Amino acid sequence: MRSGVIAQKLGMTRVYNDAGEHVPVTVLRMENCQVVAQRTADRNGYSAVQLGVGFRKVKNVAKAQRGQFAQVSVEPKAKLCEFRVSEDNMIDIGAEITAEHFVPGQMVDVSGVTIGKGFAGVMKRHNFGGGRATHGNSVSHRAHGSTGQCQDPGKVFKNKKMAGHMGQTRVTTQNLQIVSTDVDRGLILVRGAVPGSKGAWIEVRDAVKSTLPDNAPKPAAIRSNSNGSATEAEAEAPATEGAE
Amino acid sequence: MDMIRQIEAEECARIEEKRKFPTFSPGDTLRVQVRVTEGKRTRLQAFEGVCIARSGGGINENFTVRKISYGEGVERVFPIYSPMVEEVEVVRRGKVRRAKLYYMRDRRGKSARIAEATNARARKLNDEARAIASEARAAKAAEKQAQAASAENAEG
Repeated sequence: MRSGVIAQKLGMTRVYNDAGEHVPVTVLRMENCQVVAQRTADRNGYSAVQLGVGFRKVKNVAKAQRGQFAQVSVEPKAKLCEFRVSEDNMIDIGAEITAEHFVPGQMVDVSGVTIGKGFAGVMKRHNFGGGRATHGNSVSHRAHGSTGQCQDPGKVFKNKKMAGHMGQTRVTTQNLQIVSTDVDRGLILVRGAVPGSKGAWIEVRDAVKSTLPDNAPKPAAIRSNSNGSATEAEAEAPATEGAE
Repeated sequence: MDMIRQIEAEECARIEEKRKFPTFSPGDTLRVQVRVTEGKRTRLQAFEGVCIARSGGGINENFTVRKISYGEGVERVFPIYSPMVEEVEVVRRGKVRRAKLYYMRDRRGKSARIAEATNARARKLNDEARAIASEARAAKAAEKQAQAASAENAEG
Protein backbone atom coordinates (compact mmCIF):
# COMPACT_ATOMS: atom_id res chain seq x y z
CA MET A 1 0.00 0.00 0.00
CA ARG A 2 1.44 3.34 -1.11
CA SER A 3 1.03 6.61 0.67
CA GLY A 4 -1.51 9.12 -0.57
CA VAL A 5 -1.02 12.87 -0.70
CA ILE A 6 -2.75 15.98 0.63
CA ALA A 7 -3.73 18.59 -1.93
CA GLN A 8 -5.71 21.79 -2.07
CA LYS A 9 -8.76 22.03 -4.31
CA LEU A 10 -8.43 25.01 -6.66
CA GLY A 11 -11.61 24.60 -8.68
CA MET A 12 -12.93 23.02 -11.83
CA THR A 13 -12.31 23.60 -15.53
CA ARG A 14 -12.31 21.62 -18.76
CA VAL A 15 -9.59 20.21 -20.99
CA TYR A 16 -9.70 18.44 -24.32
CA ASN A 17 -8.02 15.06 -24.71
CA ASP A 18 -6.18 13.72 -27.75
CA ALA A 19 -9.39 12.32 -29.22
CA GLY A 20 -10.87 15.82 -29.13
CA GLU A 21 -13.34 14.95 -26.37
CA HIS A 22 -14.05 17.43 -23.63
CA VAL A 23 -13.07 16.26 -20.13
CA PRO A 24 -14.37 18.05 -17.01
CA VAL A 25 -11.54 18.21 -14.46
CA THR A 26 -10.95 19.32 -10.89
CA VAL A 27 -7.59 21.00 -10.33
CA LEU A 28 -5.77 20.01 -7.14
CA ARG A 29 -2.52 21.60 -6.02
CA MET A 30 0.17 19.96 -3.88
CA GLU A 31 2.33 22.54 -2.25
CA ASN A 32 5.33 21.58 -0.19
CA CYS A 33 3.94 18.13 0.70
CA GLN A 34 6.51 16.57 3.06
CA VAL A 35 6.72 13.59 5.36
CA VAL A 36 6.59 14.89 8.94
CA ALA A 37 6.55 11.66 10.95
CA GLN A 38 6.61 7.90 10.63
CA ARG A 39 4.48 5.38 12.51
CA THR A 40 6.08 1.98 12.77
CA ALA A 41 4.81 -1.40 13.86
CA ASP A 42 7.39 -1.62 16.69
CA ARG A 43 6.60 1.74 18.16
CA ASN A 44 2.95 2.40 17.28
CA GLY A 45 1.56 -1.02 16.36
CA TYR A 46 0.86 -0.02 12.76
CA SER A 47 2.82 1.49 9.90
CA ALA A 48 1.91 4.84 8.41
CA VAL A 49 3.42 8.14 7.33
CA GLN A 50 2.27 11.53 8.52
CA LEU A 51 2.32 14.09 5.73
CA GLY A 52 2.07 17.85 5.98
CA VAL A 53 1.27 20.46 3.34
CA GLY A 54 1.27 24.20 2.96
CA PHE A 55 2.93 26.81 5.12
CA ARG A 56 2.07 28.11 8.56
CA LYS A 57 3.61 31.05 10.36
CA VAL A 58 5.79 29.91 13.23
CA LYS A 59 4.11 32.39 15.60
CA ASN A 60 0.76 30.67 14.98
CA VAL A 61 2.02 27.20 15.84
CA ALA A 62 1.61 25.94 19.38
CA LYS A 63 4.86 25.43 21.26
CA ALA A 64 4.35 21.67 21.48
CA GLN A 65 3.87 21.34 17.73
CA ARG A 66 6.80 23.69 17.13
CA GLY A 67 8.91 21.19 19.01
CA GLN A 68 7.65 18.31 16.91
CA PHE A 69 8.46 20.13 13.66
CA ALA A 70 11.85 21.23 15.00
CA GLN A 71 12.76 17.67 15.97
CA VAL A 72 12.44 16.52 12.34
CA SER A 73 13.69 19.85 10.83
CA VAL A 74 10.56 20.43 8.76
CA GLU A 75 8.89 23.81 8.30
CA PRO A 76 5.54 24.08 10.14
CA LYS A 77 2.66 22.81 7.98
CA ALA A 78 -0.85 24.12 7.50
CA LYS A 79 -2.41 20.66 7.39
CA LEU A 80 -1.27 17.30 8.71
CA CYS A 81 -2.63 13.93 7.74
CA GLU A 82 -1.73 10.26 8.25
CA PHE A 83 -1.70 7.66 5.50
CA ARG A 84 -1.41 3.93 6.20
CA VAL A 85 1.41 2.38 4.18
CA SER A 86 2.88 -1.10 3.98
CA GLU A 87 6.33 -1.37 5.54
CA ASP A 88 8.19 -1.62 2.21
CA ASN A 89 6.56 1.66 1.11
CA MET A 90 7.77 3.69 4.09
CA ILE A 91 9.11 7.13 3.14
CA ASP A 92 11.94 8.99 4.87
CA ILE A 93 11.11 11.94 7.10
CA GLY A 94 11.51 15.27 5.30
CA ALA A 95 11.08 13.80 1.81
CA GLU A 96 8.89 15.97 -0.43
CA ILE A 97 6.32 14.13 -2.52
CA THR A 98 5.69 15.53 -6.00
CA ALA A 99 2.66 15.41 -8.29
CA GLU A 100 4.31 12.66 -10.35
CA HIS A 101 3.25 10.32 -7.53
CA PHE A 102 0.17 9.60 -9.64
CA VAL A 103 0.40 8.52 -13.26
CA PRO A 104 -2.16 9.76 -15.83
CA GLY A 105 -4.92 7.21 -16.33
CA GLN A 106 -4.71 5.67 -12.88
CA MET A 107 -7.69 5.62 -10.54
CA VAL A 108 -7.71 7.39 -7.19
CA ASP A 109 -10.02 7.73 -4.21
CA VAL A 110 -10.52 11.31 -3.09
CA SER A 111 -11.69 12.41 0.35
CA GLY A 112 -12.80 15.83 1.47
CA VAL A 113 -15.29 17.64 3.66
CA THR A 114 -18.37 18.55 1.61
CA ILE A 115 -19.81 22.05 1.43
CA GLY A 116 -22.23 22.65 4.32
CA LYS A 117 -25.87 23.09 3.34
CA GLY A 118 -27.23 24.01 6.77
CA PHE A 119 -30.64 22.75 7.94
CA ALA A 120 -32.09 21.24 4.78
CA GLY A 121 -35.58 19.91 4.07
CA VAL A 122 -36.29 16.37 2.97
CA MET A 123 -36.60 17.23 -0.73
CA LYS A 124 -33.06 18.53 -0.83
CA ARG A 125 -31.59 16.18 1.77
CA HIS A 126 -33.13 12.84 0.81
CA ASN A 127 -34.58 13.52 -2.66
CA PHE A 128 -38.18 13.14 -1.48
CA GLY A 129 -40.88 14.03 -3.99
CA GLY A 130 -42.72 16.64 -1.92
CA GLY A 131 -46.38 17.43 -2.33
CA ARG A 132 -48.49 18.76 -5.19
CA ALA A 133 -48.18 22.36 -6.25
CA THR A 134 -51.94 22.89 -6.81
CA HIS A 135 -55.26 21.01 -6.57
CA GLY A 136 -56.14 22.36 -3.15
CA ASN A 137 -52.79 21.67 -1.50
CA SER A 138 -52.31 23.69 1.66
CA VAL A 139 -48.88 24.44 3.20
CA SER A 140 -47.38 21.01 2.43
CA HIS A 141 -45.62 21.51 -0.87
CA ARG A 142 -42.20 20.42 0.35
CA ALA A 143 -43.26 18.37 3.40
CA HIS A 144 -42.17 14.75 3.96
CA GLY A 145 -45.65 13.30 4.62
CA SER A 146 -46.24 10.49 7.10
CA THR A 147 -43.41 9.32 9.35
CA GLY A 148 -44.89 5.96 10.36
CA GLN A 149 -47.92 3.99 11.51
CA CYS A 150 -50.46 4.47 14.36
CA GLN A 151 -50.71 3.50 18.05
CA ASP A 152 -48.89 0.28 17.19
CA PRO A 153 -45.81 0.76 17.07
CA GLY A 154 -46.60 4.18 18.52
CA LYS A 155 -43.20 5.67 17.74
CA VAL A 156 -41.12 6.90 14.85
CA PHE A 157 -38.47 4.34 13.90
CA LYS A 158 -34.86 5.29 14.24
CA ASN A 159 -33.01 6.50 11.13
CA LYS A 160 -36.27 7.79 9.63
CA LYS A 161 -35.26 10.19 6.87
CA MET A 162 -36.22 13.67 7.96
CA ALA A 163 -35.10 17.26 7.60
CA GLY A 164 -31.86 18.19 9.33
CA HIS A 165 -28.29 19.25 8.93
CA MET A 166 -26.84 18.46 5.52
CA GLY A 167 -23.29 18.62 4.21
CA GLN A 168 -20.00 19.37 5.96
CA THR A 169 -19.33 15.67 6.34
CA ARG A 170 -16.28 13.75 5.24
CA VAL A 171 -17.01 12.07 1.92
CA THR A 172 -14.83 9.77 -0.17
CA THR A 173 -15.40 9.57 -3.91
CA GLN A 174 -13.99 6.36 -5.32
CA ASN A 175 -12.40 5.68 -8.69
CA LEU A 176 -11.74 9.09 -10.15
CA GLN A 177 -9.30 9.13 -13.03
CA ILE A 178 -6.07 11.14 -13.08
CA VAL A 179 -6.07 13.16 -16.31
CA SER A 180 -2.63 14.73 -16.03
CA THR A 181 -0.07 16.02 -13.54
CA ASP A 182 2.27 19.00 -13.51
CA VAL A 183 5.31 18.62 -11.28
CA ASP A 184 6.62 22.19 -11.49
CA ARG A 185 3.39 23.75 -10.28
CA GLY A 186 2.36 20.71 -8.22
CA LEU A 187 -0.94 20.28 -10.06
CA ILE A 188 -3.05 17.14 -10.28
CA LEU A 189 -5.99 17.15 -12.69
CA VAL A 190 -8.69 14.67 -11.69
CA ARG A 191 -11.60 13.79 -13.93
CA GLY A 192 -14.95 14.81 -12.46
CA ALA A 193 -16.02 16.45 -9.24
CA VAL A 194 -14.28 16.24 -5.87
CA PRO A 195 -16.03 16.82 -2.51
CA GLY A 196 -15.27 20.11 -0.77
CA SER A 197 -15.15 23.80 -1.46
CA LYS A 198 -12.41 25.68 -3.31
CA GLY A 199 -9.37 25.98 -1.10
CA ALA A 200 -10.30 22.90 0.94
CA TRP A 201 -7.74 20.24 1.82
CA ILE A 202 -8.30 17.02 -0.08
CA GLU A 203 -6.76 13.59 0.51
CA VAL A 204 -5.88 11.71 -2.65
CA ARG A 205 -4.90 8.04 -2.44
CA ASP A 206 -4.61 5.07 -4.81
CA ALA A 207 -8.03 3.56 -5.50
CA VAL A 208 -8.80 0.53 -3.32
CA LYS A 209 -11.05 -0.99 -5.99
CA SER A 210 -8.69 -0.64 -8.96
CA THR A 211 -5.24 -2.07 -9.56
CA LEU A 212 -2.27 0.27 -9.40
CA PRO A 213 -0.44 0.64 -12.74
CA ASP A 214 3.06 -0.87 -12.82
CA ASN A 215 4.78 2.40 -13.69
CA ALA A 216 3.53 4.17 -10.56
CA PRO A 217 6.59 5.26 -8.50
CA LYS A 218 7.18 3.27 -5.31
CA PRO A 219 7.33 4.08 -2.46
CA ALA A 220 6.58 7.62 -3.72
CA ALA A 221 7.65 10.26 -6.24
CA ILE A 222 10.15 12.28 -4.22
CA ARG A 223 11.70 15.60 -5.20
CA SER A 224 15.39 14.86 -5.61
CA ASN A 225 16.99 18.31 -5.40
CA SER A 226 14.76 19.61 -2.63
CA ASN A 227 16.11 22.45 -0.53
CA GLY A 228 18.54 21.86 2.29
CA SER A 229 15.95 21.06 4.95
CA ALA A 230 15.10 17.71 3.35
CA THR A 231 18.69 16.51 3.21
CA GLU A 232 19.19 17.67 6.76
CA ALA A 233 16.13 15.74 7.83
CA GLU A 234 17.40 12.62 6.11
CA ALA A 235 20.68 12.96 7.93
CA GLU A 236 18.84 13.43 11.17
CA ALA A 237 16.36 10.60 10.69
CA PRO A 238 18.77 7.79 11.64
CA ALA A 239 19.90 9.87 14.63
CA THR A 240 16.37 10.11 16.01
CA GLU A 241 15.81 6.43 15.40
CA GLY A 242 18.95 5.71 17.37
CA ALA A 243 17.61 7.80 20.23
CA GLU A 244 14.39 5.81 20.43
CA MET B 1 -3.87 35.40 -12.54
CA ASP B 2 -5.28 32.50 -10.58
CA MET B 3 -4.28 28.97 -11.47
CA ILE B 4 -7.60 27.95 -13.04
CA ARG B 5 -7.55 30.83 -15.51
CA GLN B 6 -3.91 30.12 -16.25
CA ILE B 7 -4.70 26.49 -17.07
CA GLU B 8 -7.61 27.58 -19.27
CA ALA B 9 -5.44 30.09 -21.11
CA GLU B 10 -2.79 27.42 -21.73
CA GLU B 11 -5.42 25.01 -23.01
CA CYS B 12 -6.79 27.71 -25.36
CA ALA B 13 -3.29 28.48 -26.64
CA ARG B 14 -2.56 24.78 -27.19
CA ILE B 15 -5.68 24.31 -29.30
CA GLU B 16 -5.31 27.62 -31.12
CA GLU B 17 -1.81 26.60 -32.16
CA LYS B 18 -3.28 23.80 -34.25
CA ARG B 19 -5.98 25.80 -36.00
CA LYS B 20 -7.02 29.43 -35.91
CA PHE B 21 -10.46 30.67 -36.82
CA PRO B 22 -11.08 33.90 -38.72
CA THR B 23 -12.83 36.70 -36.83
CA PHE B 24 -16.57 36.25 -37.12
CA SER B 25 -19.63 37.58 -35.35
CA PRO B 26 -23.40 36.95 -35.27
CA GLY B 27 -25.02 37.51 -38.65
CA ASP B 28 -22.16 35.96 -40.61
CA THR B 29 -22.78 32.90 -42.73
CA LEU B 30 -20.28 30.21 -41.79
CA ARG B 31 -19.14 26.87 -43.13
CA VAL B 32 -18.02 24.80 -40.13
CA GLN B 33 -15.96 21.68 -40.79
CA VAL B 34 -16.64 19.13 -38.06
CA ARG B 35 -14.68 15.94 -37.54
CA VAL B 36 -17.00 12.94 -37.64
CA THR B 37 -15.86 9.46 -36.62
CA GLU B 38 -17.74 6.56 -38.20
CA GLY B 39 -16.37 3.28 -36.93
CA LYS B 40 -12.64 3.70 -37.45
CA ARG B 41 -12.74 6.23 -40.26
CA THR B 42 -12.79 9.97 -39.60
CA ARG B 43 -13.94 12.51 -42.13
CA LEU B 44 -14.94 16.17 -42.23
CA GLN B 45 -18.57 17.15 -42.36
CA ALA B 46 -19.59 20.67 -43.31
CA PHE B 47 -22.35 22.52 -41.50
CA GLU B 48 -23.25 25.73 -43.27
CA GLY B 49 -25.56 28.32 -41.78
CA VAL B 50 -25.91 31.68 -40.08
CA CYS B 51 -24.12 32.33 -36.79
CA ILE B 52 -26.90 33.60 -34.53
CA ALA B 53 -25.01 33.89 -31.24
CA ARG B 54 -21.66 33.73 -29.54
CA SER B 55 -21.78 33.05 -25.83
CA GLY B 56 -19.47 32.32 -22.94
CA GLY B 57 -15.88 33.39 -22.54
CA GLY B 58 -12.41 31.92 -22.54
CA ILE B 59 -12.31 28.18 -23.01
CA ASN B 60 -16.08 28.02 -22.45
CA GLU B 61 -16.94 30.16 -25.48
CA ASN B 62 -19.51 28.74 -27.94
CA PHE B 63 -21.13 29.85 -31.15
CA THR B 64 -24.54 28.82 -32.46
CA VAL B 65 -25.08 28.15 -36.16
CA ARG B 66 -28.59 27.95 -37.60
CA LYS B 67 -29.61 26.59 -40.96
CA ILE B 68 -32.79 25.45 -42.66
CA SER B 69 -32.47 21.78 -43.56
CA TYR B 70 -35.29 20.26 -45.68
CA GLY B 71 -37.67 22.98 -44.49
CA GLU B 72 -36.82 22.39 -40.84
CA GLY B 73 -34.71 24.79 -38.78
CA VAL B 74 -31.58 23.16 -37.34
CA GLU B 75 -29.29 24.78 -34.79
CA ARG B 76 -25.93 23.48 -33.65
CA VAL B 77 -23.76 24.84 -30.85
CA PHE B 78 -20.01 24.47 -31.30
CA PRO B 79 -17.41 25.16 -28.62
CA ILE B 80 -14.80 27.53 -30.06
CA TYR B 81 -11.94 25.48 -28.63
CA SER B 82 -13.23 22.02 -29.48
CA PRO B 83 -10.64 20.08 -31.49
CA MET B 84 -13.63 18.44 -33.23
CA VAL B 85 -14.19 21.72 -35.08
CA GLU B 86 -11.41 21.68 -37.64
CA GLU B 87 -12.14 24.80 -39.61
CA VAL B 88 -14.50 27.74 -39.83
CA GLU B 89 -14.87 29.60 -43.09
CA VAL B 90 -16.78 32.87 -43.35
CA VAL B 91 -18.94 32.61 -46.47
CA ARG B 92 -20.64 35.97 -46.11
CA ARG B 93 -20.52 38.81 -43.61
CA GLY B 94 -23.95 40.01 -42.48
CA LYS B 95 -25.13 43.39 -41.31
CA VAL B 96 -27.06 43.01 -38.04
CA ARG B 97 -27.82 45.23 -35.06
CA ARG B 98 -27.95 42.63 -32.31
CA ALA B 99 -25.54 40.25 -30.63
CA LYS B 100 -28.14 37.47 -30.38
CA LEU B 101 -30.28 36.83 -33.45
CA TYR B 102 -32.86 34.61 -31.76
CA TYR B 103 -35.59 36.44 -33.69
CA MET B 104 -34.41 34.43 -36.70
CA ARG B 105 -36.20 31.41 -35.20
CA ASP B 106 -39.58 33.00 -35.87
CA ARG B 107 -38.73 34.03 -39.42
CA ARG B 108 -39.09 32.06 -42.63
CA GLY B 109 -38.20 32.89 -46.25
CA LYS B 110 -37.88 36.49 -47.29
CA SER B 111 -38.02 37.96 -43.77
CA ALA B 112 -35.20 35.66 -42.64
CA ARG B 113 -32.66 37.35 -44.90
CA ILE B 114 -29.67 39.26 -43.55
CA ALA B 115 -28.18 42.11 -45.56
CA GLU B 116 -24.53 41.72 -46.48
CA ALA B 117 -22.05 43.97 -44.72
CA THR B 118 -19.96 45.78 -47.30
CA ASN B 119 -18.29 48.30 -45.03
CA ALA B 120 -14.57 48.82 -44.51
CA ARG B 121 -14.48 46.57 -41.44
CA ALA B 122 -15.97 43.60 -43.31
CA ARG B 123 -13.50 44.13 -46.16
CA LYS B 124 -10.59 44.24 -43.75
CA LEU B 125 -11.73 41.08 -41.94
CA ASN B 126 -12.21 39.29 -45.25
CA ASP B 127 -8.68 40.21 -46.33
CA GLU B 128 -7.29 38.96 -43.01
CA ALA B 129 -9.22 35.70 -43.29
CA ARG B 130 -7.93 35.21 -46.81
CA ALA B 131 -4.35 35.80 -45.66
CA ILE B 132 -4.73 33.28 -42.82
CA ALA B 133 -6.29 30.72 -45.16
CA SER B 134 -3.53 31.06 -47.75
CA GLU B 135 -0.91 30.77 -44.98
CA ALA B 136 -2.56 27.60 -43.68
CA ARG B 137 -2.65 26.19 -47.21
CA ALA B 138 1.04 26.98 -47.71
CA ALA B 139 1.88 25.35 -44.36
CA LYS B 140 -0.08 22.24 -45.31
CA ALA B 141 1.64 22.06 -48.70
CA ALA B 142 5.05 22.45 -47.06
CA GLU B 143 4.19 19.68 -44.61
CA LYS B 144 3.14 17.40 -47.44
CA GLN B 145 6.39 18.17 -49.30
CA ALA B 146 8.42 17.48 -46.17
CA GLN B 147 6.61 14.18 -45.73
CA ALA B 148 7.23 13.23 -49.33
CA ALA B 149 10.91 14.16 -48.99
CA SER B 150 11.27 12.11 -45.81
CA ALA B 151 9.55 9.17 -47.51
CA GLU B 152 12.01 9.45 -50.43
CA ASN B 153 14.90 9.59 -47.98
CA ALA B 154 13.61 6.49 -46.26
CA GLU B 155 13.39 4.73 -49.62
CA GLY B 156 16.88 5.92 -50.59
